[in-house]
Amino acid sequence: MIALLRKQRYFIDYTLGTMMRHKGKSLGLLTVYTIIIFMLASVMLFSHAMRSEAVALLADSPEIVVQRIQAGRSVMVPADYLQRIGKLRGVTEKRGRLWGYYYDPAVKANYTVMASEQDQLSINDIVIGEGIARTRGLSIGDYLTLRSHEGKAFSFRVLRLLESESELISSDLLLMNPEGYRRLFGIDESLYTDLVLSVRNPREIQKIAEKLTLLLPDSRPILRTEILRTYESLFSWRQGVMLILLLGSVLAFVIFAWDKASGLSAEERKEIGILKAVGWETSEVMRMKFWEGVIISLMAFLIGYLAAYLHVFYTSAGLFEPVLKGWSVLYPSFQLTPSVDGLQLATLFFFTVLPYTLATIVPVWQTSITDPDLVMR
Amino acid sequence: MKRSNTFFVCLLVLLTGFTASLVDVAIESGPARPQALESADLVSRLGLTDLSLFTEARYTRHPSQADIHSAFQDHPVALEHFPTGSLLQPPSGLLR
Repeated sequence: MIALLRKQRYFIDYTLGTMMRHKGKSLGLLTVYTIIIFMLASVMLFSHAMRSEAVALLADSPEIVVQRIQAGRSVMVPADYLQRIGKLRGVTEKRGRLWGYYYDPAVKANYTVMASEQDQLSINDIVIGEGIARTRGLSIGDYLTLRSHEGKAFSFRVLRLLESESELISSDLLLMNPEGYRRLFGIDESLYTDLVLSVRNPREIQKIAEKLTLLLPDSRPILRTEILRTYESLFSWRQGVMLILLLGSVLAFVIFAWDKASGLSAEERKEIGILKAVGWETSEVMRMKFWEGVIISLMAFLIGYLAAYLHVFYTSAGLFEPVLKGWSVLYPSFQLTPSVDGLQLATLFFFTVLPYTLATIVPVWQTSITDPDLVMR
Repeated sequence: MKRSNTFFVCLLVLLTGFTASLVDVAIESGPARPQALESADLVSRLGLTDLSLFTEARYTRHPSQADIHSAFQDHPVALEHFPTGSLLQPPSGLLR
């Protein structure tokens, strides 16, 4: 056993010596290989962590949200819909919500404005998310002026800021008193943006949604399971512009690696011929080349994965920020919870390390089974 | 120092880093963190349904609340034009 290990060590010594003779070529390959794995692993880790974070954060979102659809558009829901729903078995609570958007031309940003009864705000007070505070340079006690639907300016005092820990869900939130909301947007007392229903037993949700569509034919119930499903499929790593862009560079690398690994140069063929002539067996030549493939691909995989891990979880995926940001002015600053999908990691390993290692062995086998004299000529 | 020894030292360092990342995942995903508790409280109190990640358009700010036409309903024959549209996939109802 020790003799076998020692032999493999000599192979590695020899392989490293050969690679050091072509230092530029080997380092170039290792760098390109590492960058490709870094990009692939970053996309993979980011999308998985984002999905997990969203599903965990939204686990307590409403069981059923009822919207009203008119001519294919969401419109305000009359308050009497709450009475029309009546007493549905299994529904523990039903209430109307008031929320919408406000475009602030001063910073060219959209705020999500929500009426909150639980915060017991006075008509002139608001609570804002960290994103708004950062973009507008506001702090507690400052005033924010918003223009009403009639063009009148309303000044609101910032009572407090939403916790920065929750920025991923509250960056652009602006909470205000329900009466203040109605005055600002000119919404009648008899209207809500949508209705929210709480259901005790999750198995009854589907049935209640069916009853709702019968009671209110112009309504569209959105279930919590649908919200979670939306976020589960939101950053599916098989799609998205990032992966399409990456695909080009991956294909370029495949061609490069295949050319490097499968097409042996005259010098390499000569080297194999000399090794065979001095007594190396075919299996030994192949083992030496196998180690070359393993050293390059394993090092590239480990360095690329570790760099991607640090990039996604400890620098907030800084390289992806410009892509994700789009035209959003209020992009939240957030730190993702580290999470790794074992299956995805194994897939990445098998699709990057194995093909390259195999691609190095096949041409060597073809060369090393031919006569050394013929190869050296 | 032999070349193979240098290689094994490098490999050991990288494997330690790899293991540390998995340990980090196990530690971080264990007990609930304060930031997760804060957010959970806000979600259940206000009935929030979406992440405030893409604030550029209604249907990207609240993808779970957007109907299937929302990306194209600005005016007749309107095309979806926000950059986020290339990152988000269509509502799950369309793909079922």
